[in-house]
Formats: sequence, structure tokens, C-alpha cells
Amino acid sequence: MSPEISPVAEKHEGRAQMDLLRFATAGSVDDGKSTLIGRLLLDSKSIFEDQLESVESTSKSKGYDYTDLALLTDGLRSEREQGITIDVAYRYFATPSRKFIIADTPGHIQYTRNMVTGASTADLGLVLVDARHGLTEQSRRHAVLLSLLRVPHLVLAVNKMDLVDWDEKVYERIHNEFTAFATKLNIPDLEVIPISALQGDNVVTRSENTPWYHGPTLMHHLEHVHVASDRDLQDVRFPVQYVVRPKSDEYHDYRGYAGMVAGGVLKPGDEVVVLPSGMTSTIEAIDLFDREITEAFPPMSVTVRLADDVDVSRGDMIARINNAPKPSQDIDAMVCWMTNEPLRPRQKLAIKHTTRSARALVKDIQYRLDVNSLHRDQDTKELGLNEIGRVQLRTTVPLLCDPYSKNRTTGSFILIDEATGVTVGAGMINSGS
Amino acid sequence: MTQTHADYQLSQLDQLEAESIHIFREVAAEFEKPVLMFSGGKDSIVMLRLAEKAFHPAKIPFPMLQVDTGFDFPEVLACRDSWVDRLGVRMVVASVDDAIAEGVVVDDGKTSRNRLQIGTLLNAIEKEGFTAAFGGGRRDEEKARAKERVYSHRDEFGQWDPKMQRPELWSLYNGRIHSGEHMRIFPLSNWTELDIWHYIHQEQIEIPSIYFSHQRKVIERDGMLLSASDAVQPKGEEKIETKTVRFRTVGDMTLTGCVESSAATTAEIIDEIAIARVTERGATRGDDRFSEAAMEDRKKEGYF
Repeated sequence: MSPEISPVAEKHEGRAQMDLLRFATAGSVDDGKSTLIGRLLLDSKSIFEDQLESVESTSKSKGYDYTDLALLTDGLRSEREQGITIDVAYRYFATPSRKFIIADTPGHIQYTRNMVTGASTADLGLVLVDARHGLTEQSRRHAVLLSLLRVPHLVLAVNKMDLVDWDEKVYERIHNEFTAFATKLNIPDLEVIPISALQGDNVVTRSENTPWYHGPTLMHHLEHVHVASDRDLQDVRFPVQYVVRPKSDEYHDYRGYAGMVAGGVLKPGDEVVVLPSGMTSTIEAIDLFDREITEAFPPMSVTVRLADDVDVSRGDMIARINNAPKPSQDIDAMVCWMTNEPLRPRQKLAIKHTTRSARALVKDIQYRLDVNSLHRDQDTKELGLNEIGRVQLRTTVPLLCDPYSKNRTTGSFILIDEATGVTVGAGMINSGS
Repeated sequence: MTQTHADYQLSQLDQLEAESIHIFREVAAEFEKPVLMFSGGKDSIVMLRLAEKAFHPAKIPFPMLQVDTGFDFPEVLACRDSWVDRLGVRMVVASVDDAIAEGVVVDDGKTSRNRLQIGTLLNAIEKEGFTAAFGGGRRDEEKARAKERVYSHRDEFGQWDPKMQRPELWSLYNGRIHSGEHMRIFPLSNWTELDIWHYIHQEQIEIPSIYFSHQRKVIERDGMLLSASDAVQPKGEEKIETKTVRFRTVGDMTLTGCVESSAATTAEIIDEIAIARVTERGATRGDDRFSEAAMEDRKKEGYF
């Protein structure tokens, strides 16, 4: 730092160095989810005067004897009238070291699709339970969905501890029960935190009511959970999004392949293969706007130039020669169905995978997964709204996919109803064969 | 200025930039006729900057659409022209006055010009046949926007129905529309006001001078400072005073209030905002104050 840099500039440097954590919250209105989010926003000073004033005056007019922080996050009038939250809402707050994006998903049974949507981009899942009721079918379902979506970190917040007199035994019981259940799932990192969202205990400040608890506060955990290693930096995956051809005298021969790095680290000089054609070349340069850079990694948006004049277009993928996905038209995936009209065998749909669009035929529905019991129901031959099942698809063109467990970008797809254009399904690939 | 860290982590600002660029490229690849809705404000200028980066060294492959309210700040128009000259983007201007003259919208004297913009905008989108329109909306701006998608579907009347929005998963955007419909695209969805300012600071982006502290003749009305002009004259007890002010948002001169401030650089503005206790719109946008659900109502009609 040179001495003439003002404290303000240093602050900017600090902000520029902040990283980002996306987390999805799950739990119902009754578990105190909105109150908890309101508390996080309030205690991180992300609430402004006029927002707080409006919440305070509404609380008063409703005759509450406390400020209902849940009102901070109730968005649409139709919801306020019904007193429920009907969709994924995104909220933002920041602490000096990290920016947070919350995907706030409703907890009711019929909103599995919203939970899946919110979890699809999350680094961390936050499941709330009411200490008085312990684990419910709903909290188990949330954990299953977060695990299915491969959200790498999970926090179970045991809320309303004040209503059970901060009894350590209650916390222990829920902790043990959940840990036992989690062993059946794929949850690499779990933290169980006793809190009171209403009073703020263990949310941002450590509570004096829980001398028996030695773990982090919720905010401390959110700020320090390590997300850097959650990405695949081994296997180069670069779905080509857009071909940049300037058509100007200055850049007469410029041909760049623009896209977002989905996996691995690309460097100039790397020998690469273009899929599905199988043509090989070398990376000549990687452009980031007007600079050439020495390496690109997820989730950078860059433009790659190749040494040879090979035919590359949108929907193709650049990978390393000995480490490339096998193009496949037979896809085996877990599908979450998101519309009223059920998914049935022989149905034809549009599919979008990375930057590639195609059509897909449903060959078979192997089973429906009961997300409460993990039971596989093999007698069901269709998937209804908010149901999840294992599906075999045949696509019109080969997809360049990886298992979702390996790469959440190249392992995911959406299904679109060709008549209405609506997104009707979300898929996580088990394998292409 | 991308910082590459040893652990291959992008800073949050670089990540936001990368994701927005991804959105611009996705739309350019999938839509027949995209357009960038340009208000002249800082958010739309940041959009323009991101679009410039997304397609460099080629030119931005779509035009800009500006709604001319007839009450735009000259400083904002000057800044716009400088950007247009530098980037060589085609400008489409839709004028509210022309729309009134053509009977597209009705000025009944009770409707704010901001609302008249809606009809003008929808008419221009329809007339030009645009299939995707980039807007600078951010989810942190207002409660009704928290649920807005990056791709926000509008029916043939340009209406937004919160119950008809499509689920949006991973970074897979569904751009399918029927003839006559269009998609609003919000590439800045995940940016906050502070992010925008840090980006402007980091990139040294040219923005209209009225964002910075200057002397101006103002009138205090309903707790807001409005710029005195032919269209805004003192009423009753009001008087014109000269104050040191800056604007936190730019819009229609008759509606957009300024705040007393001595912040003359982006760094000073960041400082000011970091400790600000009143949200952007609540403080200086007269048209959001009518009801708590004002924004929701306007969105349903096709407002930005």
C-alpha cells in the first residue's frame, strides 16, 4: 500500500477482496425463518431506517408487543394477505469479510420446487427447526433436498431455545437425531447451532444462556465456512456460449470463444479438444475484456482463442485431451418435476444443458423418491408436481455431461415444455452412457 | 482489475461481473432482438460497461432504448452521448411527448410522468419488435423485487405476473417466448447499491456529474429537495434556496430529489453510502411513496 492511499480507498480494497457465500434457508414461517433472516439483516446493519420504521409501525398497528422482524422480508401484497411466502426471494447482506446472498425458500410441502431452485446455486443450506417440536418430516425433507442438490455445507439451527428454557438435553436430542439421519445422506459438513432468532442469541452475538454450547455463532460460521475447495479445479470444462467475431478492420481475423469456465483451470498453451467434434488444438490466448490473462478458473467469464482454425460454435465444449466428458444421448438423471401436468414416459420436452439446447424423450421413470423416507417407489410410473424421481432420457443430440456429483454446472439441466415455454423440470445427472 | 488468488477464489465483485457478463452473452446468443433499456442512471451505465466487456473486441450486438420523458437532466444526456460515441451503439429514443401526441398514453394531469413512461416503453418495444429488454433493476432495491427473476417473462400486454414467473435454476436461463411476448432481463439482479458504487470506483466509469456534490437551486417539498426548474416552481410557502447537493438516483427532474452532500468523488460517495441509514428509493423517489405496494402495482403493468 502506498502512503497516499486514503482510508476510503483501503476500504474499497477490502470490499474488492470480499468473497461471496450463497446460502439457502429452509423452514416454515412457524419455525421463525423470516424472523431469523430479519435478525441477520438487522444485526449486520443491512436494514435502513425507513425499512425499520415501516416494520415498527406495522407491528404496532397489529398490536404486537415486539417488532416483528419477519415483516422485513414479506414481499408481495398477495402474500401479506395470505400470510405466507410463495416463492424464492433473494436477500443481501454483507459483513466486512464476506457478502451473502440468501435464497429464502418457503417451507411448505407444496413448494419443493422452490427449495430445489434456491438450493441449486447454494454453497450452504440453513435448516431451521423449532426446539419445542424437534425434527419434523419437513426438516428431514429439507435436508434430503439439500443433499440431493449437493449443497456442500449444512447448518441446522435449533430455534426458539428460549421456549425450552435453554435446555441442553433438548439440543442434544435434536443434534443426535439429525446426525443419525444425516449419515444416510451426502452431507460433507454439518453444524448444529442452538439459537433464538427473536432475541438474537447465538445469531450474531454469543449467548449467555448456552454456556454448554462451545460451537460458533451462526454469523461467525457463515463468515468463516470455507467454500473455496467446493469447486472442481481439476477437470477443464468450458462450454462455448458465444462466438466473438468483431468484423472490423482492426480485428479482421479475431475469433474468440466466449463462455464461463465450468471446471478446471485453463492456461494458454494447453492442448485441448473441442466436443463433440473431437478436433484438437492449443489455447493461444485467454482474453478478459481487453487484457490477456495467464489462467482462467470457475466461474470466470472469459474469451478463449485457439491456435488452429477449427470449427467451434455455441453448445460445443472445450476440455483437455485426456480428460473430457463422453458425448451421450442417453441420460440417467434425478428429476424434480415442477408443474401440475405429470411427467410420463414417451413425453417429449425441450432440454437445456450448459449452452446446448436439444429435445428429449422420456424413455422410462425408474422410481419415485419419497423425500421423507428415502423410499424408492418403483410402482409409480409418473412424476407429479414437486415429486422427484429417477428418469431415463434420450436426447436428439449428444450432451457433454458429467455426473452432478462431480460438477454442478455440467451435471445439471432444465426441462422445458415446448408448447408453453415454461420450465417444468430440473435434472441432476447420474451418468450418461 | 481481476485479482487472482492462490486458492482460485474470485472476489465477490469479480464474481458478480462474471455472472452478469454470462447473462449478456446468453441473451445475445438466444434472442432474436435484444435491447438495452438505458435510463442514463448509474445502473444502466454499469450495464453498458458489462455489455462492452461481454463482447469485446466486437461492438455490443444490440441497440439501446431510452425513454425520453422530456424532463431529463442535461448532465445525464451529455453523459449518455459520450458513451454512445465511444461504443458506437445504436440509440432508439421513445419519447413520452410523442406517445401522448399519438394517443398511446393519456396524460390526465393526475398521472406521474414516470407512469406515462410505462406505456411509452411498451409501445416502443412492441413497435420495434424487441424480444428481450435488459433493465438495470436490482433485487435489493425494494421488497417486491426480491423475487424477481433474472429472466422475467412478460405477456403480450407487457405484464408481469408474479405467479407465472419460471423457476430459475443454476445458471441455466430459459429464454423461450411466444410471438408478441418479451423477456425482461436483469443482469444486475444480485448487485447491491454498494456493489454498483464499488464497481464504478474500481473501473473508473464515467457517470453523470449530478451524482457528485455540486451547487444547485432547490425547493424543499414533502421532505425532499427538488431541483428548481421551469417545471418545478415554488408553491405556497416554498422558496428557492441554493444548496450543496448530489443526486442518489436520476430520473424525471420533476420527481427526483437530491440530498445535501459534499461527496465529490466515488470514494467519498462510497463512504457516505456505507453509513447511510435511508434506502435509495425511500429517500428520493416521490413516486414510490404512494403506497407500500406501489412498486408491485407498477411492475404488474410493465414498469422497469
